[in-house]
Amino acid sequence: MNAFSRPLLLSAIVVATAVLVVASLVTGGGYGWSDVLTMEGDGALVLAASRVPRTLALLLSGAGLAVSGILMQMIARNRFVEPSTAGTVEAASLGILLTLLLMPGAPVIARMLVAALVALAGSGLFLMLLGRLPLGSALMVPLVGIMLGGIFEAVTSFLAYRFDLLQSLGAFGSGDFSIVLRGRYEFLWIIAGLVAAAYATAARFTILGMGEAVAIGVGLNYRRLIIFGLIIVSVVTAAVVVTVGAVPFVGLIVPNVVSLLLGDDLRRSLPVVAAGGALLVLASDIAGRLVIAPYEIPVGTIMGVVGSLGFLMLIFGRRSHAA
Amino acid sequence: MIDIDKITKRYGDTTVVDDVSLTIPRGGVVGIVGPNGAGKSTLLSMVSRLIKANSGTVRVDGLDVTAAPGRELARRLSVMRQENYVAARLTVRDLVAFGRFPHNRGRPTREDTERVATAIAFVGLDGMADRFLDQLSGGQRQRAFVAMTLAQDADYALFDEPLNNLDIHHAVSMMRLFRRMGDQPGKTVVIVLHDLNIAATYADRIIVMQDGRVVGDGAPSEVINRRLLAEVFRVEGDIVEVDGRRLVSVAP
Repeated sequence: MNAFSRPLLLSAIVVATAVLVVASLVTGGGYGWSDVLTMEGDGALVLAASRVPRTLALLLSGAGLAVSGILMQMIARNRFVEPSTAGTVEAASLGILLTLLLMPGAPVIARMLVAALVALAGSGLFLMLLGRLPLGSALMVPLVGIMLGGIFEAVTSFLAYRFDLLQSLGAFGSGDFSIVLRGRYEFLWIIAGLVAAAYATAARFTILGMGEAVAIGVGLNYRRLIIFGLIIVSVVTAAVVVTVGAVPFVGLIVPNVVSLLLGDDLRRSLPVVAAGGALLVLASDIAGRLVIAPYEIPVGTIMGVVGSLGFLMLIFGRRSHAA
Repeated sequence: MIDIDKITKRYGDTTVVDDVSLTIPRGGVVGIVGPNGAGKSTLLSMVSRLIKANSGTVRVDGLDVTAAPGRELARRLSVMRQENYVAARLTVRDLVAFGRFPHNRGRPTREDTERVATAIAFVGLDGMADRFLDQLSGGQRQRAFVAMTLAQDADYALFDEPLNNLDIHHAVSMMRLFRRMGDQPGKTVVIVLHDLNIAATYADRIIVMQDGRVVGDGAPSEVINRRLLAEVFRVEGDIVEVDGRRLVSVAP
């Protein structure tokens, strides 16, 4: 039964996000709300060059990661899958390292495209493994993904060590939005387009979550739809990892909470998932700016803590549904 | 017409469906029976393009199922499989509404909404339309999937063991439902069954499979006899006539 009204939930999330957007614009080392609001001295510059880009990057990344999570869950037909538990994030990191090695002067957009391609191959490999392994439990699926991610990570670390790139590796290890500046985040807007594409095809992805037989039965091209979904997930993941680094678990927590409240008809739930992801990442980043102010804790670290706790709660809470 | 021509499916050295040719014209209820492992479900899966045959072709109204566009086929042919586990949290209404997907591509019209409500009422789930599938019993979920097939409104509806999980009351009402579907002009229902008496009671035509081959085909009165029981089903029993229908009574 739909105990929750969707318009209510969506407007609550939008209002909370709006409040946090303002908070995000006036929070941070050195320049508080008075500097920014009066626009005196460097206040205006900080706002335009750092705070606005940072806030937009947070919203776009959060929405994109949460939507990537729900798409992966429909594709793999498993509640515990998202880009960081399917090898996608680690494959994207490997891709970025390869661009650093093989084409050092390449523009960011080229890096992102290579990262997206490697991420696509990595997630494809993950799905192939799932198709071949006898999986006794729903929990095996994310375990396989995490192990596969571990292998990609090991290859990445080895290459970085051999070619003296360990320092650059650190930069995209843990998501950090303090590095976002005007001129260095703009192609994250590609995420807005990809989320819109996912919403336009939401009915198809919902059917995908009902399995191959149902999807073929109602006339969908099952394989093509999976590839389309993986492309969205890979490009979003690569864009986020290239710009700010990995932000784990957003795609796990948000879709699961929304699913419990609204169900899984993506035509209904996808906007809420996107808004919820934006809210969660924004809130985590603001928390990271406040906890040890004037220093910052990267959002990747905050999400690592919040997310792994949430992951455990999901495993214990939803195991009965997930078989 | 469904035209199955010399279709074969092998898994390694085992031939599951062995050079089967069949034609199923429009109209009526066709039951496919046979012992476990006879290849019934595999045959149905090949007709509904869920698995690929090693050789042979299946045509539905002239369309080769391996080559024709999925959407064209989905309006002609629907299929309900044996295992219907859905991980997604969907309500009965959501699920049944997706049966209209081949017609509306995910953008329901008023007509679609009405058809969905009718299909849900048809299987007796009207009070539960807004429940999530994971809150239903196995039999209710089964009926929800049948309602989805009804909503799809294809000319040929295939069902693989649709009576699993159902008690006798629901099994009988389900078979009556299939009978009514098959009596509509231009609609054909093909059901894989394991209960001979159910098949004899509701089907116009029974196809018997054994070891991947068709070993019997015809009206229930022609197909059901002691030899069939002994040779195909390996049970001793008698054929009894009740109200003109031939039914099986196995020896205790």
